Amino acid sequence: MPTIEFQGKQIELDEDGYLLNLGDWTPELANHLAERDGMTLTEAHWEVINFLRDYYAKYQIAPMIKILVKEIAKSMGPEKGNTKYLYQLYPAGPAKQACLYAGLPKPTGCV
Amino acid sequence: MAKEPKKEDLLQSISYKAPKTFWMDTPTQIKPGMFCWGAKAKSMNVVGMPNARDWNPAEEDWKLPENWQEILIEGLRERLDKYRSLRLFLDICVRCGACADKCHFYIGTGDPKNMPVVRGELMRSVYRKYFTTGGKMFGKLAGAREMDLQVLKEWWTYFFQCTECRRCSVFCPYGIDHAEITIAGRELLNLLGLNIEWIQGPVSNCFMKGNHLGLEPQTIVSNIEFMVDDIETLTGIRINPTFNRKGAEILFVTPSGDLFGDPGVYTCMGYLMLFHELGLDYTWSTYASEGGNFGFFTSNEMAKRLNAKIYAEAKRLGVKWILGGECGHMWRLVHQYMNTWNGPADFLEVPKSPITGTVFDNARATKMTHIIEFTADLMKHGKLKLDPSRNDHLKVTFHDSCNTSRGMGLLEEPRYVLKNVCRNFHEMPRETIREQTFCCGSGSGLNAGEDMELRLRGGLPRANAVKYVHDKHGVNMLANICAIDRATLTASMNYWVPGVAVAGTHELVANALVMKGEKKRETDLRGEPLPLPEEQTNVSARAVTEKAGGEANV
Repeated sequence: MPTIEFQGKQIELDEDGYLLNLGDWTPELANHLAERDGMTLTEAHWEVINFLRDYYAKYQIAPMIKILVKEIAKSMGPEKGNTKYLYQLYPAGPAKQACLYAGLPKPTGCV
Repeated sequence: MAKEPKKEDLLQSISYKAPKTFWMDTPTQIKPGMFCWGAKAKSMNVVGMPNARDWNPAEEDWKLPENWQEILIEGLRERLDKYRSLRLFLDICVRCGACADKCHFYIGTGDPKNMPVVRGELMRSVYRKYFTTGGKMFGKLAGAREMDLQVLKEWWTYFFQCTECRRCSVFCPYGIDHAEITIAGRELLNLLGLNIEWIQGPVSNCFMKGNHLGLEPQTIVSNIEFMVDDIETLTGIRINPTFNRKGAEILFVTPSGDLFGDPGVYTCMGYLMLFHELGLDYTWSTYASEGGNFGFFTSNEMAKRLNAKIYAEAKRLGVKWILGGECGHMWRLVHQYMNTWNGPADFLEVPKSPITGTVFDNARATKMTHIIEFTADLMKHGKLKLDPSRNDHLKVTFHDSCNTSRGMGLLEEPRYVLKNVCRNFHEMPRETIREQTFCCGSGSGLNAGEDMELRLRGGLPRANAVKYVHDKHGVNMLANICAIDRATLTASMNYWVPGVAVAGTHELVANALVMKGEKKRETDLRGEPLPLPEEQTNVSARAVTEKAGGEANV
């Protein structure tokens, strides 16, 4: 399994780059993971990540995309409550990329 | 993750020219984009799988137990004794090749080992070596070979490049079901801990939490409440579904993808709206919260273990019968295995529609009915008020799921339902539908992300048929009755036929369903604006509904 070294600690990732141990996550690590992809996390990105983490704490899974869109509309305004906006923030897809930086596992099954 | 190939490059790379070397001497390549990640120790331990460890199929060392050959051959011996079908299918193939070009993976890869006959030979050659006199005596001359590491890696590669769709079996003059060979092959590989994580993860989730996604009870309730809010916005009607309710008449079970994935959630909204309109006395369960069964892609025993919760929950809640949602492989299991695995469910009654009084005699043994039969029956009896003009912005075709068509013969019902709710329906070419349907290309647990090239190649024949009706009739919606289809065809269409969306049939039903006391609908379930009245032809909805029961609009 691939590992990266961050702040003197070995962090285990799965084959797709998701954290293997969710407890390893820190905001600094999120920034670091994004930088590896050539991205800088802005306040708008963090809005999504924070929501994902709060949601995960309660429901043990990433939210379905409809819920995420609605939540962003609530906090960032209706003009941003759409998947287009989320894809602008996270070009590889909000479900995949934002979950990765937020330290959430990717969903499996008929999805 | 491997990069998705360009469409033109992928098409050009398909060559049907056979390699110069004999197939046994042609080495297997484990290529990025063409295989799924190996199962994780964490997921394997949950259900007590042997040889639980983290491993990487792309690495040389698969961390196998020392006596792995012995385990495998003994495992094969046991299964030959247990499943007479397997021994028969290994014995009787005359290698006529009728199946060769019927496989979507062969069509999409040009790799001869994806011809069902050769995929069968992978196991058949080992069977000959250890279990037939000719094979023991004459070895390679008799088409027999030793089980070695090279062969094992070949098995793994190609048994996870088969979706168990059984299209080949339709064309086999002997009726050999090659899915049975893949199923047995995967079962044997699992004895060595060689599952893929995309199957093992859902299996362990399902065992722990009741569904593949691992949705907790509060998540299921919250997701459905979210859909209920959306339905209220759309229709002005507040729906109050119940969960784990004892004494309900019907238990409803659907694949968990419908509770989470896009576009499955619109199908789920369709169920909710239909059941509300009927006043159906039914309940959801947060325990039996999965219709699908990735255990079936692991082993017979695992499938049985995961399936058991459906009857157990029906018994606990004291329902009369079970209604099942739009799913593919779920129905092969319900139809062909469930009764002997976990039945007889003699505490249940034969399913009977409380709305029409129709008794679903075909479900006498299992006590479980597919929602498409239930809904077709409602329409046949004129119990639903429908306005198909609300689907006028859609030009629809229907993709038969492998398992509901070849596995249980549900060919007419979905078409009958669709023609009642859509005015623009066009069939794909006949050799690509009904019992000859092409697989979505990603079934049987191969719908991961890392094997996207394999999925796109396997999805090509289906996509090609969709492209035909897209170009000819402007088809822009691919309807189906399977949760894996909803997820995988979306990716396949985005790649091969952009402009074609994917929907469960009950989403389209709900678009057309006129509900008592509803407000004027401005959009469809996805929030897309409805076609303006002046764009519609001047035909009353009712007249069209009656006509729709007639001839197919091919």
